[in-house]
Amino acid sequence: MKNESLYKYILGIADNSLILGQRLGELCGHGPNLEIDIACTNISLDLLGQTRSYYQYAAKIKGDNTTEDDIAFLRKEREYINVLLVEQPNKDFAHTMARQFLFDAYHLLLLQELEKSHDMTLAAIAKKSIKEVSYHLRFSSDWVKRLGDGTKESHERMQNAIDSLWTYTDELFHQTEADIVMVEEGIGVDVTKLRDAYLEKVSTILEEATLKIPENKWFQKGGKQGIHTEHLGYLLSDLQYMQRTYPNMEW
Amino acid sequence: MKKNWPLWEVFVRSKNGLEHRHFGSLHAADAEMALENARDVYTRRSEGVSIWVVESKDITASNPENNGELFEPAQDKVYRHPTFYDLPDEVKHM
Repeated sequence: MKNESLYKYILGIADNSLILGQRLGELCGHGPNLEIDIACTNISLDLLGQTRSYYQYAAKIKGDNTTEDDIAFLRKEREYINVLLVEQPNKDFAHTMARQFLFDAYHLLLLQELEKSHDMTLAAIAKKSIKEVSYHLRFSSDWVKRLGDGTKESHERMQNAIDSLWTYTDELFHQTEADIVMVEEGIGVDVTKLRDAYLEKVSTILEEATLKIPENKWFQKGGKQGIHTEHLGYLLSDLQYMQRTYPNMEW
Repeated sequence: MKKNWPLWEVFVRSKNGLEHRHFGSLHAADAEMALENARDVYTRRSEGVSIWVVESKDITASNPENNGELFEPAQDKVYRHPTFYDLPDEVKHM
């Protein structure tokens, strides 16, 4: 494939949105209350909308009549290159919001740089997504503060969630081979440079939330290489069920 | 949920220059959350440019039982309605 690095680079960004969108979508009809249910599925739809724009572009690059649906529904688990953070299960609402916050803080920084990309399509998608993701970050930050600085139980749950998800945050700043090539061409974002701003943002919010930043220095990785936690397979079997059972089905 | 969050009334201004209009109500723990919930429940299809929220208990409402004394006297005083003027045809919007 010509432009294979660009193709992989796009999937590296889009897969995160797809998988996180699917996770949030699980809450449709199951949110803690009606208002939060709608809020979470709104965020999910924002993310799926962004995913479509990326996949449509990726499908064009791949050629061979590839469609956005092929990319979303017909890859094997190892071919998804989302970070491990976004595939982690919802568990309780504290986990859902902690995961969202830890991703949103990164996502916004990424898009603000991607908006300057020499690739006009990626720059345009980033520009459109920034408004949505700014709201996601506002929403998730508020919940981290609200639960962290809430009751004894909500504080404990939020601290547990941050503690258990922290190990997946370092991977956000790892570069893949496609990343390195795309950064050289002025298309991709150098994620290693986002780490300081990320830690600053996250620390500020956690401090306001009276939460402790975890001290562990051991981090999980592998998602960007297609090596996933046990949770992704289950998620994909939900996500892909329809296309696998009724191939080429459309509606 | 056993203990419900308080109820809030949501007012949305759909366009600059128009007034805020009552859109509906929702539950939220405080004003900030009420604003965010209102954004998600009532303006996600870009219906508005401004949102007001007010806790429902802070609204003083008239009692429907008093409708007679409050509203009916106006009906038999026709002179309170500007219906005795001949409007020139040029005036369109009255």
